[in-house]
Amino acid sequence: MAFLRAFGRYLPARVVSNVEIGAHLGVEPSWIEQVSGIVERRFAADDETAVDMAERAALHCLQSAGAPAGDIGMLIMASGTGARRFPGPAAVVSHRLGLAGVPALDLPIASAGSIFGLCLAAQLTPSHGNVLVVAAEKLSEVILRQPVEPGTAALFGDGAGACLVSTSGGTAEILSCTMHSDGAFAEDLRLDFGGPVVMNGRSVILQASRKIPRCILQVLEQTEIPPGRVGAFILHQANRNLLDAVSRALGVPPDRFYCNIQRYGNTSSASMLIAASEWSETAGSRSGEPLVFAGFGAGFHWGALVAVGVPA
Amino acid sequence: MDMQERIRGIIAKIAKREVTIGPDESLFDSGVLDSFALIDMVGLMEHEFQVKIPDSDLNPRKLSSISRIESYLETLK
Repeated sequence: MAFLRAFGRYLPARVVSNVEIGAHLGVEPSWIEQVSGIVERRFAADDETAVDMAERAALHCLQSAGAPAGDIGMLIMASGTGARRFPGPAAVVSHRLGLAGVPALDLPIASAGSIFGLCLAAQLTPSHGNVLVVAAEKLSEVILRQPVEPGTAALFGDGAGACLVSTSGGTAEILSCTMHSDGAFAEDLRLDFGGPVVMNGRSVILQASRKIPRCILQVLEQTEIPPGRVGAFILHQANRNLLDAVSRALGVPPDRFYCNIQRYGNTSSASMLIAASEWSETAGSRSGEPLVFAGFGAGFHWGALVAVGVPA
Repeated sequence: MDMQERIRGIIAKIAKREVTIGPDESLFDSGVLDSFALIDMVGLMEHEFQVKIPDSDLNPRKLSSISRIESYLETLK
């Protein structure tokens, strides 16, 4: 058995409005909100790295769990914006947390990193003990590289999220998860060395709008839970309109989908865990109520997880 | 009704307006469809033409004009 024990997050202090980024990129602020639902995003300070943000989110998660770092048996670190080819940020975050000797695994797959991390953690926690999944992105550092694609650059922000997965109890028990990849679309969303984020938005939307509902239905069918019974859908925060499309495809009211994209933009791998952390402090899981997590991103990689709230 | 007219009818239903662009004009550049309308258009086309469009064929270029949609649908027959 595996449980979602606690979540954590860190958002940098600097708020960047659509007016500010729109002036920089030459796009209308209202257009950004119309096509994505984004009103503002956070940008990290110049000297603040993805590792710094990951450490802050990890510490917040451990504090929420009431667990010392010494209880961690494995670290999984998702980031598409690591500062170098190797070693990835996992080793450095692990060192910052004092986890000498604990295996630390990088998942450099961008937006689906959190859902892949949770799915892997659910499989690995029986053999490794508590698995800390951390996701952090400093996209502000890469979106303004030349040649800038204004319609893409306007969507992204910085931040970090974390989740502690455990066999020894938590707020929700993981019932089923699924992961998928298809490299046929690898060119449609990518970050090359030294370049900006390149995105074929129409291709991403077309594929995501099919693959996300399909993998959610897969885990719900495996657990014989109809979509209408799910209390909260916590998805990668890519685009408000995409969340609405997924809700229509599943026949579920859009208000079941937690959404904070208006405040943070698309923080890639970090977004789902940031959303989960906020959700856990406002609504949170209720005993017997199913929860769904899902993500989709570059690769393409995508996946979903269903959990059910356990008695406090 | 020929296939192009049926396709035009589907697009008009999604765009909620009459579609007067030529068969080779871009549905995107002309502002008739955006990315999210494209999702709905694919669903309606599958229903109207009783076909299943596989994920591997969900390429915006194949669906960028009325004539390209027609050509693609012909391959599914």
